[in-house]
Amino acid sequence: MISRYRRRRLLNAFNLTMAVLATVFGVFWLVWILWTTIRFGAGAVNAALFTQDTPAPGASGGGLRNAFVGSLILLGMAVAIGAPVGVLAGTWLAEFAARRRLGAVVRFLNDILLSAPSIVIGLFAYAIIVDPSGRFSAYSGGVALALILIPVVVRTTDEMLRLVPGSLREAAIALGTPYWKLVTRITWKAAASGILTGILLGIARISGETAPLLFTALNNQYWSTDLGHPIANLPVVIFQFAMSPYSNWQSMAWAGAFIAVAFILLLNLAARMLLGRRRPRA
Amino acid sequence: MKVTAPRSAPAGASRLSLDVLFRKFTGAIALLVTLSLAGILIALTRESWPALHRFGWHFLISTAWDPVSDDYGALVFIVGTVVSSVIALLLAIPVSFGIALFISEMAPRWLREPVSAAVELLAAIPSIIYGMWGLLVFAPWFGNLEPWINDHLGAIPWIGALFQGPPMGIGMLAAGIVLGVMIIPFIAAIMRDVFLVTPQALKESAYAMGATTWEVARYVILPYTRTAVTGGIFLGLGRALGETMAVTFIIGNANNLSASLLMPGSSIASVIANEFTEATTHLYKSALLALGLILFVITFAVLVLAKLLLLRLDRMEGRRA
Repeated sequence: MISRYRRRRLLNAFNLTMAVLATVFGVFWLVWILWTTIRFGAGAVNAALFTQDTPAPGASGGGLRNAFVGSLILLGMAVAIGAPVGVLAGTWLAEFAARRRLGAVVRFLNDILLSAPSIVIGLFAYAIIVDPSGRFSAYSGGVALALILIPVVVRTTDEMLRLVPGSLREAAIALGTPYWKLVTRITWKAAASGILTGILLGIARISGETAPLLFTALNNQYWSTDLGHPIANLPVVIFQFAMSPYSNWQSMAWAGAFIAVAFILLLNLAARMLLGRRRPRA
Repeated sequence: MKVTAPRSAPAGASRLSLDVLFRKFTGAIALLVTLSLAGILIALTRESWPALHRFGWHFLISTAWDPVSDDYGALVFIVGTVVSSVIALLLAIPVSFGIALFISEMAPRWLREPVSAAVELLAAIPSIIYGMWGLLVFAPWFGNLEPWINDHLGAIPWIGALFQGPPMGIGMLAAGIVLGVMIIPFIAAIMRDVFLVTPQALKESAYAMGATTWEVARYVILPYTRTAVTGGIFLGLGRALGETMAVTFIIGNANNLSASLLMPGSSIASVIANEFTEATTHLYKSALLALGLILFVITFAVLVLAKLLLLRLDRMEGRRA
């Protein structure tokens, strides 16, 4: 018969061991996924990847140039729309609605939008742009990505501005600074690195988004920078090539995946370094 | 201390109007962002109206999905979405709890940050990478494991039927497992954060009474953080329900119900991703958009619940501070 004390000790040791194993389990997947991406992807990266367009089915050679450029265009559009909208909405939350009921409601709904499934956002962009205009287009993809970026930026801007000490605002107001000037010249500057971090994390989040682009930007086998037409983009090309039976397509998908993951990890690293410990929960 | 905008500016009227303009302009944009949620609901309802009008409530309980005869129902996909998400939660909840416990109570200070960062990176990897890795690496490996699952779990009475099927690798169970790994970082991050805000005095009093670390976690930390932990789990569930690409790669994309978890299935998100560009008839496309509407309503409800539960701990924190 084990004593009660021994039993408690054993239970403790067992459960703590399980906690350690759970942590090892979590980190194990990260290592496994990263390792596979590097193993299959890094070897498949070559110069042609950046200088040639996606090959036709069965054809050899080719690269992902059109997909890279298309993705950059889509990201650029999303940031051009999403960053200003997100920063302004976040500014209102932090500066004008910090203690108002309406502010709490907007913050709550923004958090819901932040976690809303991206496929639904894609369907929304389809319903408001693609369906009325009658064709898939690059700009509808840009809008879909912007809609995913905005809540991330709103949230970080709000959190970062609220970290700016009130004494800074009081000092400026005591000097007779108008409020709009106080916000644009003082609190935005004080929170600049935090706001930038939010935008970087938002870009990291949308640069791998695939589902919303399936109904908006679609894909394009050829080189195109026409915003009114379907455009090639990395996530959808990876989707198409990874699902395909051709081995050269699959290896190109791995190369694309490797570059996408490297890009996203670098953005996360940059955001981390920019902010240090004051990291927001995005 | 927050300063509110001066309601009545003492200086000239031009300053007042600029200030008011700035406040109104940013406020309008904030409202616009919020209204996009209503916009999603309206736009999806309008687009899916032909299907909803044609099939009515029957759409929710019909297992038909036949583009040839234009007959559609959502049940197969709703079940697939729920089942794969439940599998994901069964995996993610205990693992996340372990990770959070390790980070907050056990790890030496120097190990906390690296482990937290590693788990958070798991959330940064895009779902398309999970999907591709799941299809090309995980599924073949899992396929080798499935005969064992067949022989052992499949032999258990009652639940055995869940684990019988051909060893294909892809299927409901594999999709659920990959989904589980994807939501671990979200649940673990929230659990870690709330575990860390549990008042030190509470924990120390339990330790002083001779409680073990596990007993402190089980009888002090967990009761104190219960609502927020539940909120975190629901947030993870919200993620799992709407996850698209990873599931599309791995779930197998069979538009019928099967008793076994080893068999291929479909989720709402995966069928939309797979068939949207092939949907030729008006009703077909409308039925897919109706599925999107159902997904939106389900995740919206889950996320609202999650946020409300998480807010309760914030308020408790606020009272203490």
